[in-house]
Amino acid sequence: MSDTFFTGSPHWAWWIILYFFIGGIAGGAFFLSALLHLFGRPVDRPLVRLGYYSAFVGVILSGFLLTIDLDRPLRFWHMLIESNTGRPMFKAWVPMSVGSWGLLLFGLFAFLAALTALSEDRPDVKWLQSAPVRALRGRGAAATIAVLGSLFGFFLAGYTGVLLAVTNRPIWADSTLLGLLFLVSAASTGAATLILLAAWRRAGHPASLDWLGWFDRRVLVLELLVLIAFLITLGSVARAFLNWWGVLLLVGVVGIGIVVPLLMERGHKVRAPRHLVRSAALVLLGGFLLRVVVLLSSNQIHVLGSGVTGR
Amino acid sequence: MPEPMGFYTDTTVCIGCKACEVACKEWNQLPATGGGRHEMSGDSYDNTQRLDGIHWRHVKFVEQFSEDRNDGRWLMMSDVCKHCVRAPCLEVCPTGAIIRTEFDTVVIQSDACNGCRLCIAACPFGVIDINPASDTAQKCTLCYDRLQVGMEPACSQACPTDSIRFGTIRELKQQAETRVRQLHQLGERRARLYGADQKFLGGLNSFYLLVDEPETYGLPRSPRMPTRNLLPSALLSTAGAVVIALLGLVGLRKRLMDDRAEPREDADV
Repeated sequence: MSDTFFTGSPHWAWWIILYFFIGGIAGGAFFLSALLHLFGRPVDRPLVRLGYYSAFVGVILSGFLLTIDLDRPLRFWHMLIESNTGRPMFKAWVPMSVGSWGLLLFGLFAFLAALTALSEDRPDVKWLQSAPVRALRGRGAAATIAVLGSLFGFFLAGYTGVLLAVTNRPIWADSTLLGLLFLVSAASTGAATLILLAAWRRAGHPASLDWLGWFDRRVLVLELLVLIAFLITLGSVARAFLNWWGVLLLVGVVGIGIVVPLLMERGHKVRAPRHLVRSAALVLLGGFLLRVVVLLSSNQIHVLGSGVTGR
Repeated sequence: MPEPMGFYTDTTVCIGCKACEVACKEWNQLPATGGGRHEMSGDSYDNTQRLDGIHWRHVKFVEQFSEDRNDGRWLMMSDVCKHCVRAPCLEVCPTGAIIRTEFDTVVIQSDACNGCRLCIAACPFGVIDINPASDTAQKCTLCYDRLQVGMEPACSQACPTDSIRFGTIRELKQQAETRVRQLHQLGERRARLYGADQKFLGGLNSFYLLVDEPETYGLPRSPRMPTRNLLPSALLSTAGAVVIALLGLVGLRKRLMDDRAEPREDADV
């Protein structure tokens, strides 16, 4: 029996699941938008702006979800400032500590990127055309925001899995692949979110959506491979999935979230956006279920020691 | 600086009276139940069931019976925070609320804790939980307030069989080793110490004398620091980020090449 089975559950449930999901989307969407911003074409601009907006909304929601999950929400600032000395609180070896700063800094870049996008979208609003905002839209400043924001976006997408691995809980601490798995899943759910938003707002150029679809299909294959590797590295602990969580993992995450979208898009050249939208919706569902399964399956395991046993 | 202090718990003389649990609750003013909710185990005489935010001491009843119920034994063990020399909870606490005291014990400062619950997931022994009265993570303080004025912790003082002994770690280890030798001479060859040496977590300042495998008592065999996974996890994630970024760039390059080979109607100039 793994030593992790004797630990207690931190009761991280729906708020944290939602945070892992939305934070991942925010990080993934920002990175994809930044890539199109830096290396794309003018026709990609509407999608770039959409990605920057969604990253900013995502990071605001992330901060809110993290705060309300605390048992003492008004003490959220203790993550950043040591409450009894007033000094900055930072532990480089603790993902939750680094993550608090990472989320803050990602929020800054997501805000700046969303501001430049809004300035582009609303030329009629005077303050959005002011000199400081125009300066942010300059080539050098915009590229810096895109690159640094992408780095923090990648961090936000992956650190959540690393945070789980740096505990002593079953499943989470029994593999070192959770960070990678969440990162790859964030890339696929980020792309899926952009596809859905573009369809809803009728904003994405077909060429941009083509690229997103192409990217998402390959990332889904990568995600499947990482998921298989994750289960293999769990070893005997993988038996913890011989229950309804395992069924949800197989049917919901692998089947509905990865295999079906891949099959749906096989042979379709993008110009059939309906297929792209449907498969994107399934990818999002699969990404959400992945976090549900990983969080909640572990929460249920705790060996007490007390009680009647056979001899 | 005072010498490191701690507990040595001899499980062979524990009678399961739970006086330690009561004394702990009395001294630390812990509620008897979580919000008035009485929870019965249903399969054991032990109804406290576990250590948590309002149970800083817990006497485990390991009830082992043969299938026909003719043969059986009860192992009793008064469980508590292990005050690890290298404490995982202290290592990961992101607010700095968990500190090491001058007695080499580990204490959670309730006024600094914001209830993120990371320490709960990091503790290899399932010791910590949220106290619903304070909404902060709590556990045994090894009666830090009593130690500061030269008093013995409430639980060990209340223990009627001296199963829980308090003292300097150096003295406690001598007592424990003598007791193990005595038990071996009496024929109890399974007697062994758990956490008295530095095999894991730098040693435990609350260590045990057991007469069965650690798992039988609900203890991990080789508890480890949570940060063991940090470097490999971070490196694998970073490698993944590079692969994903390259994949995105390859896709954009492919799009460019495709457009050059066969310009699209909708392609811009």
